[in-house]
Amino acid sequence: MAKVLMKGNEAMAEAAIQAGCRYYFGYPITPQNEVTEYMSKRMPEVGGVFLQAESEVSAINMVYGAGGAGARVMTSTSGPGLSLMQEGISYLAGAQIPCVIVNIMRGGPGLGNIQGAQSDYFQSVKGGGHGDYKLIVLAPSTIQEMADLVQEAFDIADDYRNPVVILGDGMLGQMMEPVDFDNVKKTRRNLPEKTWATTGRGNREHRNVINSLYIDPPVLEKHNYVLFEKYKRAEQNEVRYEMVNCDDAEVILVAYGTMARVAKNVMNIARREGYKVGLIRPISLWPFPKEPFKKTVDQVKGYLVVEMSMGQMVEDVQLATECKKPVHFYGRPAGMIPEPSVMLEKIKQIAGGAR
Amino acid sequence: MAVVFEKTKGLTDVPFSYCPGCTHGIIHRLVAEAMEELGVLDKAIGVASVGCSVFAYEFFNCDMQQAAHGRAPAVATGIKRVHPDKVVFTYQGDGDLAAIGTAEIVHAAARGEKITVIFVNNANYGMTGGQMAPTTLVGQRTTTTPYGRKPEVNGYPIRVSEMLSTLDGAAYIERVAVYDVKHIMQAKKAIKNAFLAQIQNKGFSLVEVLSTCPTNWGMTPVEALKWVKDHMEPYYPLGVYKNTLEEVK
Repeated sequence: MAKVLMKGNEAMAEAAIQAGCRYYFGYPITPQNEVTEYMSKRMPEVGGVFLQAESEVSAINMVYGAGGAGARVMTSTSGPGLSLMQEGISYLAGAQIPCVIVNIMRGGPGLGNIQGAQSDYFQSVKGGGHGDYKLIVLAPSTIQEMADLVQEAFDIADDYRNPVVILGDGMLGQMMEPVDFDNVKKTRRNLPEKTWATTGRGNREHRNVINSLYIDPPVLEKHNYVLFEKYKRAEQNEVRYEMVNCDDAEVILVAYGTMARVAKNVMNIARREGYKVGLIRPISLWPFPKEPFKKTVDQVKGYLVVEMSMGQMVEDVQLATECKKPVHFYGRPAGMIPEPSVMLEKIKQIAGGAR
Repeated sequence: MAVVFEKTKGLTDVPFSYCPGCTHGIIHRLVAEAMEELGVLDKAIGVASVGCSVFAYEFFNCDMQQAAHGRAPAVATGIKRVHPDKVVFTYQGDGDLAAIGTAEIVHAAARGEKITVIFVNNANYGMTGGQMAPTTLVGQRTTTTPYGRKPEVNGYPIRVSEMLSTLDGAAYIERVAVYDVKHIMQAKKAIKNAFLAQIQNKGFSLVEVLSTCPTNWGMTPVEALKWVKDHMEPYYPLGVYKNTLEEVK
C-alpha cells in the first residue's frame, strides 16, 4: 500500500482496523461522521462488527461490554457526544477496560457549532466524569500522525488497561493529506494477555468479573491507589512531545494539534524576521510533557500558548513552568482560528524591540 | 446417604445481600438453575445492573460484568457481539430498566439483540429506600409519593412486557410471578424458554418477574406475596407476550 490521500477521520478508522480493532460502536455527530461511515463499510470486509448505537450513552457502554469481553474496541464522537459518554468513561477507567475513544472537537459550549475547535481539553485531560481517574490523551497534528497515534493508542490502552483518547479537531478530521500505512510505527510492547476478560468461564478455575464497585471504603481506597500506581507509570513512560528550534529560543510558542501547524508557520516567519522563536508541541496532553519547559524555562523571555479556545492547556503550561517566566496566551473560541499576524505581534512584544 | 437435593452450581457461596422475605433470592436461584440445567454455565456471561441486585456479579457462578445504571443492555450488546457463541444475560430492576435505561432496553429489543433479560419488577426503587418507580401502581405509597401515586402528577405505570412485545426484534417475552410454588415453577420454565430463544438465535428475550419488597412496602413477607397477587397481577397480567421458539423436544 503506497501513500493514499485520505481525510483524517478516514485515516483514523483505517488505522484502527490495521491495529486489529474489530469492534466499533458509534453515533452520528459532525465533524467526525467519516469515522463512523468508514467503519460501517470496512468492518464487514474484515469480519468485524460495526454497530450504530441509539445514543453516545449506549455506544460507550457497548464499548465497555466489548472491551471487558477482551476485544480491541473503539468509538468516536465530538464534544456534545463526549459529554454524554462521560459516565461510561468513568466506569471504563474504574473497571480498567482498555479502549480507544476519538474526540474530533468542535465549537462549544452546548450545541455550539461544527467548526474545529480545541475547547474540550479540560474535559479530556482533567477528568470530565466522576471520581479520581486519568485518561491517556494523545493529540495528533497531521493525518499521518493520526494514523500513527491510533495504532499507538490501542497498544497503550492494552498495556495499561485504560481508555486512551485521541483528541483531534474538526479541521484535522476533515482535512485530506497523504498517509503511508506501511510505515505506521508499531510499538514493540510486550502486551499482557487479557486473562481478566469475561469470555465465558470455560475450563477456567475462577470467574472473571468486570466491575468498578468496591463498597468497602478501605478496599475502594486500595483500588484507587492501584489506579494511581498505573498513572504514575504512564507519567514516566508515555510522555510525548516535539520541540522545534528551542535551543536558542527567546520566545517559545506552545500549541497542539491543528494549532501547532499554524504556530510552526508563524515561528518560521518570525525566524526570518530575526526573532529567536521555538515551538513546543505536546503530543501527549496527559501525561503533560513538563520536561521541555524545565529545559527551556531559564533561557526564554516567555512562552506564548496558542489555542483554538479561551485558554485551557495554558494552565498546564503555567504549572510546568512553575510560573518562573511569563506565560502569555492568545486564543480564539468557536471554531475561529487565531490569526498568524496577531501571533507574530505578540511574539515581538514578548521578545522586546525590533530586530 | 443418597444426595436427594443440592444447591445449584449456578450460584456462588457468597451470602445474598437481600432483605428477609424479598423474592430476589428465589429469582436468582431460578436463573442459576435454568443455566445449569441448560448446560450453559461455562459459557454464560452475565451483566449486573444498579439497584438491589447490584451485587449479582458476586452471586452468579459465571463470568460477570457490572454495568452503569440502566446501561446493562448496551453492555450486554457489546459482550454478545464479541462472543456470539456465548450466553449473555442481564439482571435488572424496574428503576434500572424502565426509567433510566429505557432507551437501552427498547433498542436492544428492536435490534433483536440475542441476549436474555431478567427484569425484576417490584414496583419501587428498593435499594435507595423505596422511592416511586415507573412501575409503581396508581395510588401506591412510596417515599416520593407519600400521598400515593397520582396520575395527574406522575402519570401511569409502564407495562414493559406489552410494550417490548410490539417490537419485531423480540423473540420471547413472558411475565411471571413467584408468589407461590405453582408460579415459581412457571417462572423457571419462562426463564428457560428465554435462554432457549437466545441459544436458538431467535433474537431478544425477556422475562418480567413480579417480585416483592416487604421492607419498603412495610409488609410481612407473606403480606407482600399476597399484595403481588391482589394488586400487581391485575395491572400486570401474567402470560406469554411473544414466543417464536421452535418446539422443544
